[in-house]
Amino acid sequence: MALTTVRPRLSPKARLRFDRRTGRHLLLYPETGLELNHTATAIARLCTGEWTVDDMVEQLAQAYDDVSPDEVRREVCGFLDVLSDRGLLQGMA
Amino acid sequence: MNNEFRPYTLIAELTYRCPLRCPYCSNPLDFAEHGNEIDTDTWLRVFHEAEELGVVQLNLTGGEPLLRNDLELLVEEARKLDLYTNLITSGITLTFDRLSRLRAVGLDSVQISIQSTRPSVSNRIAGAPSFHRKLDAMRWITSLDLALTMNVVLHRENISEINEFIALAERMSADRLELANAQYLGWALQNRAALLPTREQIERARTVAAEAKARLRGSMEVLFVTPDYYTEYPKSCMEGWGRRFIVVNPEGLALPCHLAHTIPGLRFEHVTQRRLGDIWHHSAGFNRFRGEDWLPDPCRTCERRAGDFGGCRCQAFHVIGDAGMTDPACSLAPGHDFIESARAHADRTTGFPVLFEYRTGRGRSAR
Repeated sequence: MALTTVRPRLSPKARLRFDRRTGRHLLLYPETGLELNHTATAIARLCTGEWTVDDMVEQLAQAYDDVSPDEVRREVCGFLDVLSDRGLLQGMA
Repeated sequence: MNNEFRPYTLIAELTYRCPLRCPYCSNPLDFAEHGNEIDTDTWLRVFHEAEELGVVQLNLTGGEPLLRNDLELLVEEARKLDLYTNLITSGITLTFDRLSRLRAVGLDSVQISIQSTRPSVSNRIAGAPSFHRKLDAMRWITSLDLALTMNVVLHRENISEINEFIALAERMSADRLELANAQYLGWALQNRAALLPTREQIERARTVAAEAKARLRGSMEVLFVTPDYYTEYPKSCMEGWGRRFIVVNPEGLALPCHLAHTIPGLRFEHVTQRRLGDIWHHSAGFNRFRGEDWLPDPCRTCERRAGDFGGCRCQAFHVIGDAGMTDPACSLAPGHDFIESARAHADRTTGFPVLFEYRTGRGRSAR
C-alpha cells in the first residue's frame, strides 16, 4: 500500500451506525457488520476519499496524544486491511 | 438487556406469492393454503418494534417481495430507522425505474438468485423464463451503486457449473457470491433424491470455490455453504434458536426461523396480536430451544454445543420426527443413519436423469 498517496473511501455498500445498546458503532454491510471500538470508528470516519493514510495517522495521533504515532499507524493500517479484505474500501488501487 | 439473545436481523417475508417454481423453494409446503398478508401499517410497526429490540439489518424477502406494491414505503421507513436494507429477489418483475425509486428511498443491497448459467436450464429449474431478466437486474443494481449479491442454490444438476457461476458473478461485478447448497427442508426435502449431490461433486465444487475465494479477496466475497448432509457436525442453524434472527412471515407470525411453525406442538404468535418485543422475550415458541437446558444427549456434554446449539430443530423433526433430538446431520447423533442412507442413495443414482416435483400454486401435489 502506497501510504502517502492512497485516499481510502468507505464503499457505498457499507454504512456506519450508532448502536445504542452497546454505545459503539456498527459498520453494516450485506448480511453482516463489524462492531467497532472507538479507534476503529475514528478511522472509519476518516475514510472519506479526502485523506491519505498519512493524513489519517497524523490526525489520529493528535487526537490520541497518549499513543505513539507508530502505534497509531499500526492500528490504522491494520483496520484498513480488515476493511479492504472485506471489499469495504475504495480508492486503494 | 442481555446481548446473548439480541436479534440483529429481521427477515421480513412479505409474501408467499412468486412467479417462479423452484423445486427447493423455501416456502412451506402448504403455502398456497395460507391466509391474508399483513398490511403496510403492520409492517411499519414491526420495523419500529424490531429496531427497538436491537435489529440493524432488514431482509425483505418472500416469495417475491417485488409483488408487494408498498415495497417503496417499507424501504423508506426502514431507512428512517437506519436499518441496513437488503432486498432478496428473483429480479423477474423488476424494472430500472422501480429499482431507482427503491434506491432513492434508501435501499442498500440486492440479492439476485441464479438457477443456472445456461439460460434454458435456468428457465427450466425456475419453472419460468427468467434468465435474461436476472442479468438485466444485476447490471442495473451495480450501475446504481447498490451492493449486489449473486445467490446460487446448488444441487445435483447445477453444481458442475461452479466455474461458470463464479465467472458470471465476476462479469456482473457482484460484491458477494453465495454458493449455497440447498438445505434439505420443505420442498428441497421433498425433492431430495433428485437434488442431493454426491460427495465427489461437493468436494470438487468446494475446491473451486476456495480457490476463487482466495483469488478474489477484497473485490468479491465468495461463500460456499456445504449441505449439512456432508458435514461431520451440524451448522449453528440461525446462529441459535431465537438468538440473532427474527422471521416474520407473510401472515404476521413471528418465528425463530422460516420453518419453525412446521414443528408440531410449538406455540408462536402473530405480530397483529402482541408486540414483537414481548413475543421475542416471552413467547413459548421462542423460548423452547433457547439456552442449554433442553439439550439432548450427546449435545448436553459436547464441547461444540456453544457453537452449534445442537443444530437445526426443523431438520431433527423432519428427518427423524423429534425436534428435541440432536440434528441428524451430526455424525454423533443417534439419527445420523438417515443422513448416511440419503448420501448412499445420492451415490447410487449418479447420472440418472434429474426429475423435480415442481411446487405449484395449489400447494403440495404436482405428481
